[in-house]
This record gives sequence, structure tokens and C-alpha cells, in this order.
Amino acid sequence: MDGFVVQFVNGLKTTVLLALVSGSLGMALGLLAAAGRLSRWRAVSAGIGFYTTIIRGVPELIIILLIYFGGTVAISAFFGRYVEVNAFLAGVVSLTVVFGAYTAEIFRGAVLSIPAGQIEAARSLGLHPWQTWLLVILPQMLRIALPALANQWISLVKETSLISIVGLTDIMRVAAIGAGSLRAPLTFYLAASALYLALTSLALVIFNLLERRFAVPGR
Amino acid sequence: MLREPAADHGIRAERIQKRLGGNDVLRGVDLTVRPGEILSILGSSGSGKSTLLQCLNLLTVPDRGDIWVHGEKLAIRAISQQGGQARILDHRQVRRVRASMGMVFQSFNLWPHKTALENVTEGPVLVKGIRRNAAADLGRHYLAKVGLSDKADAYPRHLSGGQQQRVAIARALAMEPRVLLFDEPTSALDPELVGEVLRVMAALAGEGRTMVIVTHEMAFAREVSTRAAFMHRGLIEEESPPQEFFSSPVSSRLRGFLASHR
Ligand SMILES: Nc1ncnc2c1ncn2[C@@H]1O[C@H](COP(=O)(O)OP(=O)(O)OP(=O)(O)O)[C@@H](O)[C@H]1O
Ligand SMILES: [Mg+2]
Repeated sequence: MDGFVVQFVNGLKTTVLLALVSGSLGMALGLLAAAGRLSRWRAVSAGIGFYTTIIRGVPELIIILLIYFGGTVAISAFFGRYVEVNAFLAGVVSLTVVFGAYTAEIFRGAVLSIPAGQIEAARSLGLHPWQTWLLVILPQMLRIALPALANQWISLVKETSLISIVGLTDIMRVAAIGAGSLRAPLTFYLAASALYLALTSLALVIFNLLERRFAVPGR
Repeated sequence: MLREPAADHGIRAERIQKRLGGNDVLRGVDLTVRPGEILSILGSSGSGKSTLLQCLNLLTVPDRGDIWVHGEKLAIRAISQQGGQARILDHRQVRRVRASMGMVFQSFNLWPHKTALENVTEGPVLVKGIRRNAAADLGRHYLAKVGLSDKADAYPRHLSGGQQQRVAIARALAMEPRVLLFDEPTSALDPELVGEVLRVMAALAGEGRTMVIVTHEMAFAREVSTRAAFMHRGLIEEESPPQEFFSSPVSSRLRGFLASHR
């Protein structure tokens, strides 16, 4: 059992790293996608609409498997010999793609809820579009999006457990291995639950602090 | 032809057309605003006043027509036969021109996450590159001018409608524009707050500023304008100095409009 404590710690590190990396990349992707979805170029907007619709309509597990096996096929073809995709990398890519699709819709909704007149006012002063984004849209958008983002981050933490299916040694996989080898499934899965619960609770606390930090003063 | 219809100053718009959502909102409007002039634009709801005003600083790009601002022709491409949208060709020019035309909106359009002072100073800082310290002095100066020295640190939600609109006027003034455009600046205000905004505008008019004011405030338009125009269905139907405009209107529609707004 003692050996498993060390393994759980390593699994925890992997889970946290995976969530942080794919969450950050996913939010950046979501921001870009939201901007593209709102752009005047119809082809860009339609293409991104297609992306978010498809990704949100397919189970995450399938996306992970497609990216893992598809990636393996593609890279093997490229090098002319069998190369297996790194599970962590496959996890980052698939969770980023998924997180980007969901946050894109959140950001898009948040941007649309900013009264158009505020943007008009910025334009009337001669601001460049990116100045308008930084001054008017971004700060308000983030504030509006925070509650939905909190939910999305919590889902992300839990979804990282799916990556264990392609062999990533995260919390979930450590639990599965331990459950099998020591014949104590309840103990190991309860331990894993406690770890995930701790992570999601931490995420909630952080988002509560952020919401307080970004609240419009004096509201 | 080398004809330059624009004077060196002011605004000149020729044959402005705009179609929106299947309506011909502007149907070939000609408009001139000379320096120092205070032009009031009146007309019933839906006649195209806001759209015309927004065309002047290209917040709305006209489908057809030419616009000169301070002697400079705005580079826009007209709508094409194939249905290509009208569009701005020189964004840099348009930003420069917008910065020289302050605009005040019916619904104030302040940024709620910025204080009154920040609302006023962001434009000078971001567009004109003025340093924050200098911009803060400038901002305080213009807040004082609209009677809001004590509200610099207040957020919009803590201000009354009249105060918010005065901050919006200060925001426009802080850019030190050559023309001020007002789109029904008092229409969203409770009646008891209209006066404070009109007083600020009258003071600005007294400084010899160039102003274009879309308004339903007849008494104010009559007193303050140097010229008044009446819009009807996307055209300027009548245009004259205020005495004639209000006392002896020619068109029967303007007579009817004035009678119903007494
Ligand atoms: N984006 C748009 N899409 C479709 N129709 C529009 C759009 N903007 C304006 N219109 C229509 O164009 C017409 C003129 O609008 P505009 O706002 O210029 O009128 P207005 O004279 O300012 O009226 P009001 O006194 O109500 O402000 C109206 O019939 C309006 O419904
Ligand atoms: Mg209007």
C-alpha cells in the first residue's frame, strides 16, 4: 500500500498538469474561436461553428480515442514505422480541442451580452478594434463568463480521468491498477474520489476568489 | 473632374444612401455642416436621423455617396452590383476622422467597469497617446466643465442618467474634437434630468463649437441652432434657419410634425 501513496502523488501531479495545460491552451483556443465565430468573415465564422458543434456533439471518450489512434496512424505514416503517440500529449490535444469548443461558446455568449452601444462608443472615439477588445470586451467578458468557466474547469478535471484509457498514469490509472493488484477496489476508488473532490473543490475556491476580484466595484 | 465640393472645413455628405434590413433608410441625403454651425436634425421616428449621423463618422458605412470631413474625402467603396457590401477602404483614416468627431449617444454608452474619469481618459490615452497623468488632468478639466468634478471616481451605475450623459459629453470633449455629434442625448432621461444636459450643450454651443444635434427638444433646437433640418423617410425635406424653420415651415409635413410636437 505504501508504494501506492507515492504512485498516487505522481498520478495527482500528472492529473493536475494535464488539467492546467489543456485548460490554459483550451481557453486560449476558445478565445480565438469566439473571436472568429463573431468575425465578419462568414467562412471563418461558419467553420468555427462547425468545429464547436461537432466537438460538443461527440462523446469526449471517442474524441480521445480518435486523436490517440488517429495520431498514431498519422505519425507512423510520417516516419514510415510504428510510432505510438505519447499518452500525455494525446490527452493535452484532445482535452484542449474539447475545452476550446465549450469555452468558445461561453465566451461568445459573454461577448454578445455586452451592450453594442459600449463598443460603438469605443469605435466613435477612434479606437482600434484590438483596443476595443482590450478596453471594453475582454474585462467584461471574463467577468460574465466566470461562473460558466468554473463549471467547465470542474468538468475538465474530471474528464482528465478518461485519458487513463490510453495509458496515462494519472490518479485514475493508479487507482485501477491498485484496485486490481491488491483486490481492494473500494479503497482505491474512494481514495481516487477524494483526490478528484479535493481538486474540484480547489477549483471552485479559486473561481470564487476570481469572481470577487473581477466584480464591478460597487455593485 | 477636379471639382472639390468640400470646403476646407466642416462636413459635407453627398447623395448618401443606405439600405438596412430591406428598408431604404437613407435615399440620397445631401448635408453640409460648416464650421461653427449648430445644425439640429428633427424628424419622426424611423426617418433615418440616427443612421445619417452614424454615416458621418462611418459607424455605419453608406451604400453609396461621398463624405468629406475637414476637407478630406473618406475612402469608402460603394456597394457593388453583385451585392458586395459597402466598406471602409482606409481604416487608419477613419479612426483619425472619428477621433476628430465626438459622438454622444441616446443611451450614454459609458463603460460600466470604468470610473467616470477613466471613461473620459481612455480615449486620449489610447487614441492620441497622451500620458496617463496628463490625461487625468485633461479628464478632470472636462468633468469640471460638465459640472461633475466631484464624481471622477464614481462608477456609472452610481450616477443618475443626467450625470452619466454629462460624463459621456466629457468623454467626447476630452478628445478635443472639431465637431460634436449628438443623437437624441436627452431622450432616455427622466424629464427632471433633461435640463442639466441641455444646459451643458447650450454652453458648448456658446463656445462656437460645430455641432450636429438630433433631437426632439423643439424649444432647445429653436434657441440654440443656427440651422435646422427636417428628415422624412430617408431624405432631408426642409432645411432653414430656426426662425423660418419653426415659424414659417414650407412643407406641410414639417408643419404637421411641428404641430404634433408642441
Ligand atoms: N440594423 C438595422 N437593420 C434593419 N433596419 C434598421 C437597422 N437600423 C435601422 N433600421 C431601420 O431604419 C429606419 C431608420 O432608422 P434610424 O434609427 O436611422 O431612425 P431615426 O430617425 O433615428 O429614428 P428614432 O427617432 O426612432 O431614433 C427605421 O425604420 C429602422 O427600423
Ligand atoms: Mg435614432
